[in-house]
Amino acid sequence: MKYLLVLPFALLAYPAAAQSTSPADLLAQYSAEAGAEASAERGQALFMANHTGGKPDTPSCTTCHTTDPKATGQARTGKPVEPLAPSSNPERFTDVKFVEKWFGRNCNSVLGRDCTAAEKADVLAWLDSF
Amino acid sequence: MKITPFLAVATIALSGAAHSDEMEYMPPVTHAATLEECSACHMVYPAGFLPPQSWKVMMGTLDDHFGEDAGLYGETRAEIEAYLVANAGRDRSKGSAVPLRISDLPWFRHEHEEEVSKRQFEKAKSWANCNACHKQAEQGIFEDD
Repeated sequence: MKYLLVLPFALLAYPAAAQSTSPADLLAQYSAEAGAEASAERGQALFMANHTGGKPDTPSCTTCHTTDPKATGQARTGKPVEPLAPSSNPERFTDVKFVEKWFGRNCNSVLGRDCTAAEKADVLAWLDSF
Repeated sequence: MKITPFLAVATIALSGAAHSDEMEYMPPVTHAATLEECSACHMVYPAGFLPPQSWKVMMGTLDDHFGEDAGLYGETRAEIEAYLVANAGRDRSKGSAVPLRISDLPWFRHEHEEEVSKRQFEKAKSWANCNACHKQAEQGIFEDD
């Protein structure tokens, strides 16, 4: 009987322990994967640019996230999108699975392909500079 | 009295309610994974708003979900599809129609056509944003406000 009481706590603790990260750790991880130092300037340029390779309704990261990472954005559905800058939203870049899921979706929507580790490092370096 | 899927459901669900003709109710989603995944981008629309074949196609084309990649994989995707299909609305199409956009359905257009002002729509931004006007939409209540 005892293990039935323990189990829920184990389940709660497990994903946090397995997935938790920090912007700094993720930046180090992506940079190592890229084999190059991240550039906040390149990250800003990628984030702000209009791209043509992706889906027509989402030409830029700024379509939903706005041009200000400290601001609350808005999805095309009207739903608010919490700020991307960790200084404005401490939950950002603390969950590897979540970050990878959304880089995966959004890079495909905007660029029509996966982002490289170098691009993720660059964007993160810029977002973490606020 | 206007007959819409809403009211049909409301009449069954709330038969005997004093104002059943004003009560527009569709049972909200209760499935945890569906709530979590769908709510990431929009209100979690009740499964009863679309017939089963629509949810099947919807859940099989998430890589281009109304112009965005909303990809889900593995068990999560399959589990959500199974829930939506099991709780889908009645198939009202005579042929093999597979409606995907709820806001294009005849009853939706009929309900909103003359009801929504330009200002209200601009505030909501999208027909996807039910709860901009229907404050209790997440509880399945879509009364006129």
